[in-house]
Amino acid sequence: MARIVHKVLGTMALAGLLAAALPGVALAQARDPAYAAARSAGQVGEKMDGYLGYVVAPSPTLRAVIEDINIKRKAVYAQKAQANNATVEEYALTSACLLISQTKPGEKYQAPDGSWQTRGPGAPMRDSRCP
Amino acid sequence: MRTLRLMGAMVAVASLGGCISVKAPDKPIVIELNINIKQEVVYRLAGDAAQTIDKNAGIF
Repeated sequence: MARIVHKVLGTMALAGLLAAALPGVALAQARDPAYAAARSAGQVGEKMDGYLGYVVAPSPTLRAVIEDINIKRKAVYAQKAQANNATVEEYALTSACLLISQTKPGEKYQAPDGSWQTRGPGAPMRDSRCP
Repeated sequence: MRTLRLMGAMVAVASLGGCISVKAPDKPIVIELNINIKQEVVYRLAGDAAQTIDKNAGIF
């Protein structure tokens, strides 16, 4: 009896793990090629609010890809903000600090004055509250 | 009449002294995004946010 219960519990735990891991797997994949290309080309950049923005007017196809990423980002920010007793905006702004730091030379990011900047070899211009 | 003249003088002096000069700021005006977010909150969340970005590389 105990063995059966153990087995059932084990199966349930495995199912739970799989269910929890699946959305993570979907998000942990490589960047969408259209997004990766637009990012490298400087068509889209990292905004200071934690979302992607358009440096130049996007094609409808690109817009759909970027909007989808921003919706997924918001969902992740919301989930993590709740877990950390923070607001979505707080978590998103913190992420923006890191994402702007992680931009590669040539990529675009939004400076604290709202202007688009091209990342150079040095440190990017970031919000004064960034760590 | 004398009171009136005195008041006139006072007004003249007051208007001279009350000049307010407005200078344009020499630094660019920075738009503070969501001014309510405090630096200590950003510092507290930074470690967790870094992990979140790593684990969800496809959307970052």
